[in-house]
Amino acid sequence: MDTYSILRQFADSWMLIALFAFFVGVVVFAFRPGSSKVYKDVADIPFRHEDKPAARGGDAKEA
Amino acid sequence: MVNYIKLIALGLVTLLALIAANYARDLAYMVNAITVALAAAITFLYVLRRTGEPAAPAPQNEYLDGVVRAGVIATALWGVVGFLAGTFIAFQLAFPVLNFDWAQGYMNFGKLRPLHTSAVIFAFGGNALIATSFYVVQRTSASRLWGGNLAWFVFWGYQLMIVLAATGYILGATQSKEYAEPEWYVDWWLTIVWVAYFAVFVGTIVKRKEPHIYVANWFYLSFIITVAMLHIVNNLSIPVSIFGSKSVQVFSGVQDAMTQWWYGHNAVGFFLTAGFLGMMYYFVPKQAERPVYSYKLSIIHFWALIFIYIWAGPHHLHYTALPDWASTLGMVFSVVLWMPSWGGMINGLMTLSGAWDKLRTDPIIRMMVISVGFYGMSTFEGPMMSIRAVNSLSHYTDWTIGHVHSGALGWNGMITFGALYFLVPKLWNRERLYSLSLVSWHFWLATIGIILYAAAMWVTGIMEGLMWREVDANGFLVNSFADTVAAKLPMYVVRGTGGVLFLLGGVIMCYNLFMTVKKSPAVEAKNHLVPAE
Repeated sequence: MDTYSILRQFADSWMLIALFAFFVGVVVFAFRPGSSKVYKDVADIPFRHEDKPAARGGDAKEA
Repeated sequence: MVNYIKLIALGLVTLLALIAANYARDLAYMVNAITVALAAAITFLYVLRRTGEPAAPAPQNEYLDGVVRAGVIATALWGVVGFLAGTFIAFQLAFPVLNFDWAQGYMNFGKLRPLHTSAVIFAFGGNALIATSFYVVQRTSASRLWGGNLAWFVFWGYQLMIVLAATGYILGATQSKEYAEPEWYVDWWLTIVWVAYFAVFVGTIVKRKEPHIYVANWFYLSFIITVAMLHIVNNLSIPVSIFGSKSVQVFSGVQDAMTQWWYGHNAVGFFLTAGFLGMMYYFVPKQAERPVYSYKLSIIHFWALIFIYIWAGPHHLHYTALPDWASTLGMVFSVVLWMPSWGGMINGLMTLSGAWDKLRTDPIIRMMVISVGFYGMSTFEGPMMSIRAVNSLSHYTDWTIGHVHSGALGWNGMITFGALYFLVPKLWNRERLYSLSLVSWHFWLATIGIILYAAAMWVTGIMEGLMWREVDANGFLVNSFADTVAAKLPMYVVRGTGGVLFLLGGVIMCYNLFMTVKKSPAVEAKNHLVPAE
C-alpha cells in the first residue's frame, strides 16, 4: 500500500480510538471520587497570590 | 561577560542588516532591513550604557510587572490603530473615492485590509494575550516570571515583528496567505520570539509554588504551542533571494489551500479562542470575586475544545478541489465544536450565579459578560455557517465578515477591554479607575457599534447571496455582480457607522486608563510595618 493509504487507515482506526479513549479518560478523571474537594481548592488559586509570589520554599497556601 | 556577547551579536546584526539594505532587491525589504538595523543599534546603545555597571539582582519576592504594564499600553494603543484602520477601510468600501489617487498602490483597500486584520488580531489581540498571560501565570503559579529580562525580549521582539509586517504590507511584501501575510524573514523572527515566549511561560510554570496548574494556564499554553506549530507549517517557504522579500511556498494547489485553512481556522481556534478563554478563566472570577462555576467543566471544556478545534479548518473549502470527505469532516467537527464552546460559555456566565446584581453596579463585569455572550453567539453562528448547504449561501458574502466581527469585536474586544480595566489600577497601584461612567460609555458605544456592524452584515450578506443565485425562468442569472455592489451601499454606511462607535469607545478607554494612572489616588501602602516572615 502507498503511504497515504497506510496513514489514512491508521488514522481512521487506531489513532481515532486512541484519541477518543484519551478523551473519555479525561472525563472519567475529572469526575473521579474525591475530585470535588480538590477542585474546590484549586478553583481558589486566583485569589491567593495577588500581590507577591509565595515565600521561598514555603507552602504556597500559607501566604 | 554576557553583555559583551550581546554587544558583539547586536553589532553584527546591525552591520548585516545594513549590508542587506544595501543589496536589497525591493523597497519593502530595504525598509525592513533598515528598521532591523535601527532596532539593533538602539538595543546596542541600551546594552552598552549598562555594561560594566553592577547588575541589580532580580527580586524574587516581587512579580515582574513592568513588562505587563508595557503590554497593557501596547494593547490599548495598537487597538485604537487597528480599529481606526478598520473603520477607514469600511468607508473605503462604501465610498470608493477614499481610495485616493495620490496614494494608489499604498493606501487602497487591498493594501490596508491586511494591515487592519493584522493590527487587530496580532498587534491588539497578541499584545493582550502576551501581557495577560505574563500577569496570570505569575499570580496563579505564585512565582516571578522565569528568565529575567527574556520577557522583555518577547515584548520588544513582538513589537518589531508588528512594525516589520505592517510596513511590509504597505510596500508590497506579502505571501498572500490570509492572516499569515508576513514574508519569510518576519516569519523566522516571529519563530525566535515565540520560542522565547514559550520558554518564559513554561519556565514560570515549572518553578511554580502552587502544586496545581490553574486552568487558565492550560489554555494559554495550548495557545502558545499550537500557534507555534501552525505558524511553522503554514509558512514553509523558500526565499527567492536572501536579499529580497519574495518567497515561494513549499506546498502547492489544494494541499497549500488545506494547510492555509488548517492554519487560518486554528488561528481563530487557538489564538482568538483558547488564549482568550485563558483570560476569561482568570479575569471573570477575579472581577466577580468568586471562583469559576465548575472546575470540572473547565477541564472537560479544555480537552474537548483542543481535541475538536484542530479538525474544523476544511469547512473553509466547501465546493473546492478539496475531497468531499475532508470538507465533510471539517463540517462535522465544526458542528460538534458547538458543545465545548457552549460549555465554556455556560461556565463563564454561571460564575456570576449568586452575584448577578454586580451587572447593575459594575460596568467592567458587564463588559465581560457581554463578551462571553458574544462568544456563545458567534460559536453558534459559526458551526451553522460551516454546514455545506448554509455555506453555499453564505460563502464569499459579507455574512462571513459579520460573523468574524461579532466574534472579534464582541468576544475578543470586550474581554480584552474588561481585562485592561481590571489590570490598570492593579498594575499602577491605583485604588480604582478614573471614571466608571466612562466605562459605561465605552460599553454602550462598543455594544451598539457591534450590533450595527453585525446586523448590517447579516442583511447585506444574505441579500447578496440570494442575488448571486437568483435565476429567471430560462435559467439565466438575474443580477450582475455590480447590481449587488450597488444594493449594498446603505448597509456599508451602517457598518462604517458601527465602526466609528466602536473606535470612539476605544479612544474613551485610552483616555480613561491614562487618567487612571495620572489622577486616580494611589493605594496606601498596607504592610510596611509588618515584620519580615
